[in-house]
Amino acid sequence: MTVLTIARLTVREAARRRVLWALVVLTVALLTLSGWGFSKLTGLDTEFGDLTSGQARLVASQLLNLVMFGLSLIAALGTAFLAGPTVAGEIESGMALSLLARPVRRSAVLLGKWLGLVAVGCGYVVVAGLAQFLVVRWAVGYWPPDPAAGLALLAGQTIVLLTLGLLLSSVISPMASGVVAVGLFGATWVAGVVGGVGEVLGNEGVERVGTVSRALLPTDGLWRGAMHAFQDPSALATMGADGSGFPFLSEAPLAVPYLLWALFWVAMVWGLTALVLARRDV
Amino acid sequence: MAAEDMAVEDTRTAAQLVAELPDSPAVWCSGLRKRYRRRTAVDGVSFAVGRGEVVGLLGPNGAGKTSVIKMLLGLVHADAGEVMVLGRPGSDPLSRARVGYLPELFRYQPWLTATEVLALHARLARVRMTDGDSRDRLAAVGLDGRAGDRVGGFSKGMQQRLGMAVALVGSPELVVLDEPTSALDPIGRADVRDLVLSLKEQGVAVLLNSHLIGEVERVCDRVVILDHGRVAAAGTLAELLGRREVRLHLTGVDGRAEARLRAAGEVSGNHDRYTVVLPAEDDGTGVPRLVADLVALGVGVHAVEPARISLEERLLGILRAGHAGEGPR
Repeated sequence: MTVLTIARLTVREAARRRVLWALVVLTVALLTLSGWGFSKLTGLDTEFGDLTSGQARLVASQLLNLVMFGLSLIAALGTAFLAGPTVAGEIESGMALSLLARPVRRSAVLLGKWLGLVAVGCGYVVVAGLAQFLVVRWAVGYWPPDPAAGLALLAGQTIVLLTLGLLLSSVISPMASGVVAVGLFGATWVAGVVGGVGEVLGNEGVERVGTVSRALLPTDGLWRGAMHAFQDPSALATMGADGSGFPFLSEAPLAVPYLLWALFWVAMVWGLTALVLARRDV
Repeated sequence: MAAEDMAVEDTRTAAQLVAELPDSPAVWCSGLRKRYRRRTAVDGVSFAVGRGEVVGLLGPNGAGKTSVIKMLLGLVHADAGEVMVLGRPGSDPLSRARVGYLPELFRYQPWLTATEVLALHARLARVRMTDGDSRDRLAAVGLDGRAGDRVGGFSKGMQQRLGMAVALVGSPELVVLDEPTSALDPIGRADVRDLVLSLKEQGVAVLLNSHLIGEVERVCDRVVILDHGRVAAAGTLAELLGRREVRLHLTGVDGRAEARLRAAGEVSGNHDRYTVVLPAEDDGTGVPRLVADLVALGVGVHAVEPARISLEERLLGILRAGHAGEGPR
């Protein structure tokens, strides 16, 4: 009961504070621009001559990954800045006082907030992602091989980041938690790209940077799994081994152990947040 | 059959014994301690608020009043001590099922309307609240015309009024008000006083922290005075204010007369003006006897004024006495 009440309150806050509107406006802008760009792909006259339909599919698949990265960035920023003020901000402002003085467990309040943020973040990823697929299909006739799995992994990435945002928000100030969450998200993505470059160069040390960062914060790992689900299977064959260093190409689908690790990571960080919150004075 | 009858009889007896047990206090705390890093905020505070009793929590800024209130409500974790709220341990969230709370730092979801804030708290308190209940609650605090307005547009005073309405959600058995009039105008303060008196009439226990000592004096049955995180004094208003004083304007006071004054009670003042605090057991004959003895000792008695100290004077006296031994810091 408490969990659902707080979850509904969190979704209502996102709606009333115009967060959803801001997301809609940003997404419509991104979809419009990408639709315009994709529509120019077919029949594109390059220095190698006109693109064949196969080449156009390949380019579309890569561009889709790029645009989806843009969407995931909007979702990440949105949820991180939504999660940031949730705990720390409400304690700082005093809003938490009357709420937590009710017959509620703090873990139930936290679960409610988490579920509300998950609903907002995942709802956004699914709706915006599907809209993007439809735009690409309309423009160049490309449809990703495994859209459901890809969107689920993208939603997973959002869940990882908002869970981290909640943990940070229970220990540091609201503004700092949003900044740190987004910073870590960006750093992990860059570390993943660096790891890819290391793989191309055959440098194990550099390659390990990506592996370690993907384990510490599973956002980049899940993003790579999502990219694999969105990209055309011919992309890897065409780009070959050199393609592994390219940031918008994923070599392999997500391994089940990594997915389990991501689930465990979310549960662990959530548990840690609940523990911190239970001990905190408000 | 006989064994069954005996069992039924035993159950009846047990039920009767339980029914005859006195109600647990609305709030009971013992030995509460809290340190914030090096600073001790609360140091061994113990007191109780009986069912239907209105207790004032008084003390200077930083005395630990809000920390104590937060410990009672499970918002701040005590380093030591025990809390029971409405018969349940303070660590059990259900102890707060019938508790209303207006925090010192009152702030409610600015994106919700006043009605929605009340509905939210009713759901969290697991009580049913109809639209009519909601209207009544808001009307009781003077917000009947603003039920559908977002809280973000409310003034501080209106938010504090809303906080009072929130504290009354779900017919509480205990209401904790932490500085409930800090943002209110004189009319608002009078409204809060009337509200506390109406809660008292309904048998609702109230723990009231306020700097407005006059208000506390008017509505409280008992007062707990905190200073430096400790209970400096506690008792009913009659116990705390029951001390009567007599102010005397005297001349020709020698050592024997001073000794006679001291024998009558605690003496303060000097030169020719003295104040004597009469003992609680004084039956009314103490003053005439003192005056007669002083006259017999050759003292010139110019004026004798009976006086009753206010809660404010008593509070200041207690706090100053507590600080007297500390010296300059």
